[in-house]
Amino acid sequence: MLTIQNLHVTIAGHSVAKVESLEISKGQRIGLVGESGSGKSMIVMSILGLQPKSAKVTGSIKFNGVELIGLPEKKLADIRGGLIGLVPQDPTKSLNPTMRIGRQIAEAVSLHSIDGKKTVNRRVRELIDNVRLPDPDRIIRSYPHQLSGGQQQRVLIAMAIACDPMLLIADEATTALDVTVQGEILKLLLALSKELEMGLIFVSHDLGVVRFVCQNVAVIYGGQIVEFGPVDSVIDHPAHRYSDALITANIAFPENEADVARDLSELRSIKGSVPAIGEFPDGCRFRNRCGFAVTACRLFVPLQQVDNGHLHRCCNPISYTGKSDATH
Amino acid sequence: MVEQVLISKRVRSRTKFSQLPATLIIGGILVGFLFCVAILSFVWTPYDPITLNVRNRYLPIGSEGYLLGTDKFGRDVLTQIIMGARNSLFVSVVSTLISLMIGTLLGLYVAAAGARVKNIVSRAVDVGVAIPGILIAMVLATAIGPGNTAAITAIIIWFIPVSARVVIGPAVQVLSQDYIEAAFGYGRKKWFVLFNHVLPNISSTIIVQASVMFAAAILIEAALSFLGVGAQSPIASWGRTLKEAQPLMEIAPSLMVVPGLAIVFAVLGFNLLGDGLRAYLDPQQTRKR
Repeated sequence: MLTIQNLHVTIAGHSVAKVESLEISKGQRIGLVGESGSGKSMIVMSILGLQPKSAKVTGSIKFNGVELIGLPEKKLADIRGGLIGLVPQDPTKSLNPTMRIGRQIAEAVSLHSIDGKKTVNRRVRELIDNVRLPDPDRIIRSYPHQLSGGQQQRVLIAMAIACDPMLLIADEATTALDVTVQGEILKLLLALSKELEMGLIFVSHDLGVVRFVCQNVAVIYGGQIVEFGPVDSVIDHPAHRYSDALITANIAFPENEADVARDLSELRSIKGSVPAIGEFPDGCRFRNRCGFAVTACRLFVPLQQVDNGHLHRCCNPISYTGKSDATH
Repeated sequence: MVEQVLISKRVRSRTKFSQLPATLIIGGILVGFLFCVAILSFVWTPYDPITLNVRNRYLPIGSEGYLLGTDKFGRDVLTQIIMGARNSLFVSVVSTLISLMIGTLLGLYVAAAGARVKNIVSRAVDVGVAIPGILIAMVLATAIGPGNTAAITAIIIWFIPVSARVVIGPAVQVLSQDYIEAAFGYGRKKWFVLFNHVLPNISSTIIVQASVMFAAAILIEAALSFLGVGAQSPIASWGRTLKEAQPLMEIAPSLMVVPGLAIVFAVLGFNLLGDGLRAYLDPQQTRKR
């Protein structure tokens, strides 16, 4: 359905995102994971043509055979919302504060497919029902500030699925929400994706959340996919040092006190921070923060296969037994 | 933005008449009175505004039957003022509305345009603001002949850059908000977003600007007709009444004072209204000042 090939995003000559190949088939849910500044948002925004004006995008993004890169703004606008929906990052800032919810959803509905006031209104109610919002009459009359963050995100999801898109892009859709609400929104996204057979690109920095929602995960660093594979395989047996660092930086759900103690002792932050654009090292982009870097890391590292469908680009990968494979 | 709306909503739901800003009430009364008088002039004036009555020349203020006295042709001054109000409002409303519309469209276009267009048009707008409007009016009057058309056209040309500049700043700010990006993300096209999402969020700025521009337009109209560029006889206008009274200052000073006061109250009314609206629509900004 969506095929990305040799996508290269540059800002002022500096490479910010480079994806050799990524494919999403119908109904497939894929997670993009990485730290802030790793380029994951840049990748999804360039799919929609919403990258910053200073960014230059080359390569190929094909959606159902249509090339999206270089497509005129008017045709892109039809694809946005119509075929690809977007759930934005911060729901509290993503609704127009001067407009009632009902009108905002109706706008999303009528823009692409449905005409006629009655049909639109019926569809608005249906959508409100789809995203499990209670009391549609009140919601329709409300202004955004009268709803909670979780309710606002449900409204935004309703708007994103208004025209039955084939692909939904959720850009850190739960990051700005309370933990208690996060779970509900995740369940909703998962359920909608299954019900409507929608593909889902789920951008997050939380591997646990990605495991819950997605089938495949791509770990992004420095704008590159450093590891790709089925979620369980990647999270349980990470090959790339960066994926491993991300996983150990994540607090697991503790079941007893021993778990808590173990978690706290195993919890590691990643040394240093993501370099600014244009300051990434040659070869493996993670090597100056990596504790296991070897000489070979200075050269370009292509994606290599570990297992069926599990790929990584690491010169000194973690082997399945968990020991370092230092023969390289 | 959200907090701002929250606050203004909360304030608005609780405001009673007595809690409205005093400037808003006083300005509203003055402006409302002015509009009533102007509308009244279509149905009724104390005397016919054009008919001369030489027998009753230079009657002082408070004369029987002539509340504000008469001028050198014996015409009732009150009638002149009422007819002047009509002309003054006609010119200022028409010119302000047209220039606001064009200016807002221009401002929105520029705010959403690329960096180059933005720079070029913004500088051009600055130049436009710097050109003295009276000069434009003089040139226009020579080109198309003096009259209300010249005055209106001059004010429109004068005000387009002013209103565009007022729109560009807030529009750029609103365009950088997340909900605008979200709107583009749902496949809305540029002008749809500009009208449905940007415009409502900058409407308070535009409303306040409109009332300030009304005040300026009234003053400019008076100035232009005083200089002989604006309304021509027999159309009554405050500026022209003032001009005709000028050589008679020593014989009948009240002939100058009355239209002068009318202009003062009209301008004051619109300015107070603008101030009051700002305080009412945008309490946060007012508190900051």
